[in-house]
Amino acid sequence: MSNLSDLTISQAKELLLNRSISSVELTKFFFDKISNFKNLNCFITETFDQALKMSKISDEKYKLKKDIGLMEGIPIGMKDLFCTNQIKTTAGSKILKNFIPFYESTVSKNLWEEGAVLLGKTNLDEFAMGSANTTSFFGNVVNPWKSKNDIDKKLVPGGSSGGSASAVAADLCLAATGSDTGGSIRQPASFCGLVGMKPTYGRCSRFGMIAFASSLDQAGPITKDVLDSSIMLKSMCSYDKKDSTSSKMEIPDFPKIVKLGVKGIRVGIPDEYIVDGLNSNVNDNWQKGIEWLKSEGAEIIEINLPHTQSALPTYYILAPAEASANLARYDGIRFGLREIGKDLDEVYKNTRASGFGNEVKRRIMIGTYVLSAGYYDAYYLKALKVRKLISDDFSKAFEKCDCILTPTTPGVAFGIGEKQDDPLEMYLNDVLTVPASLAGLPAISVPSGLNDEGLPIGLQIVARPFDEETCFKAAFVIEQLSNFNKLKN
Amino acid sequence: MSIDNSVVKKIANLSKINLSEKESENLKHELNKILDWVDDLKKVDTKMVEPMLSVFNENMKMRDDKVELTNTDEILSNAPDKKENFFVVPKVIE
Amino acid sequence: MSYFIRGHESKWEVVLGLEVHAQINSLSKLFSPSSTGYGAEPNSQVNLIDAGMPGALPVINQECVKQAVITGLGLNAKINLKSIFDRKNYFYPDLPQGYQISQFENPIVGSGHLIIEAEEGTKKIGITRLHLEQDAGKSIHDQDFENSFIDLNRSGCALMEIVSEPDLRSPSEVSLYIKKLRSILRYLGSCDGNMEKGNLRVDVNVSVRRFDAELGTRCEIKNINSIKFIQQAIEYEARRQVKLIESGKIVEQQTRLFDSQKGETRAMRSKEESHDYRYFPDPDLPPLILEKKMIEDLKLQLPELPDKKKIRFIETYGIKKYDAEILVSEKEVAEYFEKLVSDRDPKMVVTWLTGELFSYLNKKNLDNPQSAISVEKFGELLDLINDGTLSNRLAKELFVEFIESNMSASELVKKKGMVQISDENEIINMIETVLDQNQKMLEEYRSGKEKLFGFFVGQIMKISNGKANPQMVNTLLTKRLKK
Ligand SMILES: [Mg+2]
Ligand SMILES: [Zn+2]
Repeated sequence: MSNLSDLTISQAKELLLNRSISSVELTKFFFDKISNFKNLNCFITETFDQALKMSKISDEKYKLKKDIGLMEGIPIGMKDLFCTNQIKTTAGSKILKNFIPFYESTVSKNLWEEGAVLLGKTNLDEFAMGSANTTSFFGNVVNPWKSKNDIDKKLVPGGSSGGSASAVAADLCLAATGSDTGGSIRQPASFCGLVGMKPTYGRCSRFGMIAFASSLDQAGPITKDVLDSSIMLKSMCSYDKKDSTSSKMEIPDFPKIVKLGVKGIRVGIPDEYIVDGLNSNVNDNWQKGIEWLKSEGAEIIEINLPHTQSALPTYYILAPAEASANLARYDGIRFGLREIGKDLDEVYKNTRASGFGNEVKRRIMIGTYVLSAGYYDAYYLKALKVRKLISDDFSKAFEKCDCILTPTTPGVAFGIGEKQDDPLEMYLNDVLTVPASLAGLPAISVPSGLNDEGLPIGLQIVARPFDEETCFKAAFVIEQLSNFNKLKN
Repeated sequence: MSIDNSVVKKIANLSKINLSEKESENLKHELNKILDWVDDLKKVDTKMVEPMLSVFNENMKMRDDKVELTNTDEILSNAPDKKENFFVVPKVIE
Repeated sequence: MSYFIRGHESKWEVVLGLEVHAQINSLSKLFSPSSTGYGAEPNSQVNLIDAGMPGALPVINQECVKQAVITGLGLNAKINLKSIFDRKNYFYPDLPQGYQISQFENPIVGSGHLIIEAEEGTKKIGITRLHLEQDAGKSIHDQDFENSFIDLNRSGCALMEIVSEPDLRSPSEVSLYIKKLRSILRYLGSCDGNMEKGNLRVDVNVSVRRFDAELGTRCEIKNINSIKFIQQAIEYEARRQVKLIESGKIVEQQTRLFDSQKGETRAMRSKEESHDYRYFPDPDLPPLILEKKMIEDLKLQLPELPDKKKIRFIETYGIKKYDAEILVSEKEVAEYFEKLVSDRDPKMVVTWLTGELFSYLNKKNLDNPQSAISVEKFGELLDLINDGTLSNRLAKELFVEFIESNMSASELVKKKGMVQISDENEIINMIETVLDQNQKMLEEYRSGKEKLFGFFVGQIMKISNGKANPQMVNTLLTKRLKK
């Protein structure tokens, strides 16, 4: 049992099925790991009691060989953006530091129904606003990866699902949930050498997931490999009557198709993704990715996504605008933090001043501004129109190709404290992930190599709406040919 | 500089966030920088483009008119101040 | 132009437009399955959506959409096949999400109209639009010195906001408009229209202008809960505006409240700061797309509305326009009338219904005649009057007692021993008795003092204890005196 650390979901399930280990044993193993790696600050809330109860139930099912779910007995982390019944849910914010929901998010409920075991609620950027997990009220998360050149330098795990990514990378759990608004699953997955899948908008229910930008938010899995990603996504998504933007599209049996290969699949390569600041190691890795897919029978096609450079500014109008309204409910009246004031207006203003961190305030302010009288047309409406152009770019590209291969991020994990002075510099982390978010497309980040410092690089595969399958197939090929799992050790 | 002190004040008021002088000053600069950057969009020709409200293309599903019971204790369970099943706030003058 | 405000310099016309908030008659709320029931314990009909809890999402109630469409059709309005829900952003303790889900640029119902019978005649009042939106909760401000209390039971209930064109010109037109709108809503069943319970709430936009001048600046008076107060508020507000303008000041666009105790309007404190609602499409809700077929089907199911019913009543029953207007204003009254009038004399039915029964309903504060007396019970009474068994006068005298008793009309007549005497011989006997006792009078009558006819009738009625059939007395007495 010495190498429980390296287990994937699929491997663990095999051991559980043939009863070489029990879920309780596995779960307890992770308790120790979590306790030993507190310095990474991955978890806001640990739920060990809950986990023991859940794993015992799973063991019972394995014993009876009855009702064994896709994630039966698998200990996971849950991003603290998903409301969990009677378990504190903070969204990484002071304003919700004592909030205890009396309801369960649909994504977490689906996972429990498939037998997953909750180890704890993972740290995140406050209200999922950030790309380095530096905006959490509960402190930075540290990436377990180290630069060869500077062993002591603490690196960011990426964000906003940084706690989830770091926890999986450090083997503190077998997998974790994330949420992605502009790259918050894919970017941390890439920084931590993991697979991060953002499904098509509407695949996973948003019910009970604390909203950042409703037209963009999507839940998804962060896992150690592509097969796990497909298993966990299948467990997470469902049509949900409680979410008006939940899709009725049939949900394929993702794990079945992962290994089918890319023969005949047309892979688009967009010129426009050679952005300023694209790291040369990353660019080289991208070229390798192209070759790997080609070698497995994919057809490589040059495509154009002409409005790519407008995506980030568009995103930084739309997401804050929606956020400014979504975060209006944090007013200190029905739940959450309340600061005192001489009248109601002061209660509001003091509560929100004290409860929100700087990045959240910045985005609320920007969002309020672009929606306010006199600026709506110039900013918000304009951005909605550019969003259409960006989406149309993809539609046109998908007439020629079946998926698009790009790097996930222009660079790799950077030091904690870097890029803090200028919000714009931080925003640029998302330049390659945001376009697919704006178009609501499925996109996966798969680890594909290491840079000169030995830090992970990720490649992104974007596909047509509801074609997660092509993402998985291409990602699996890259996973195999990059030999990432060997590189890692 | 499209955002001056009075605009920061106005937005902060609409957003109901108290800002210290220093915070206001910082935010003024940051917001201006961000806005200058997003101003790039003005160059994009959108004359004939329909605004995209959502990427979600399915019709809105509707619920049947059925009642589900609710629980007062649950709804009040996180309230910072409550009395006799009411949420309590400092007095509002209309 | 019958209504105007007389200022120092000139006559001022009052221009009025209405925003009516009508709560939709649905079991559950617009975007949540909590109950809409009235008068429940505080915060007992509130789920996470209504309380704006983190992660809550709205899901629309089909019934509310249907009722909005039906109401649009009843207001002769265009139904928009595509409409969009927007967020209207502002902070208020009874607005849990920090925004109200409403419809801004693309409402579910576009322009329509309704007809009122104003003094000068029939007048068409334009409806600008009807949109769906969430209601807010209730804040209670007067229970405590330091605090306000928030009850979210009403939060999220479905409202139709029905906006009129500024086509109204007097408090009485406003009153007619509200009554007509309320009547249509009740016919359609989309709203109870009960102003006291707050399920019909009226905001009035008031401005004044010199005749035929451009529109003046308007003030909105919010949430006035009776037609009487609405009329008072308009009068006060119009005079206030005239005074301001004539003294060289300007009218500021404002939201104002009506203080019914003082009979004044005053600017709302909480609305003083200029509002910037930052409307934008709610990303939680896709556009609402309606099928033509659904609208066509609803159109076919639409009930006969008051205007049409009125014309039919006039044509079918030959009753006066004024009476028809009264009969159709409440759906229940119209239905009651139609049941009652079948094979009875319409004039008699109208007289009894709008006279005796209405005054009883008024006294008891009832809307529905059926709740006071069944059609069958009332009908039997009318039949007994009609065939002469019961005199009109007696029936009126005993009407209240009759309604409140369990007796049928014939039982009442029996019990009170007041079956009308319609036996010819019996009446002739009475006539003879009276003439015998009044020989002197008879002589005077015969010598030309014909006025005495009435005296004889009176005497006959007296000795019959009022039971003699008056018509028969008349006929037989005339016959006898001619001898
Ligand atoms: Mg209004
Ligand atoms: Zn309204």
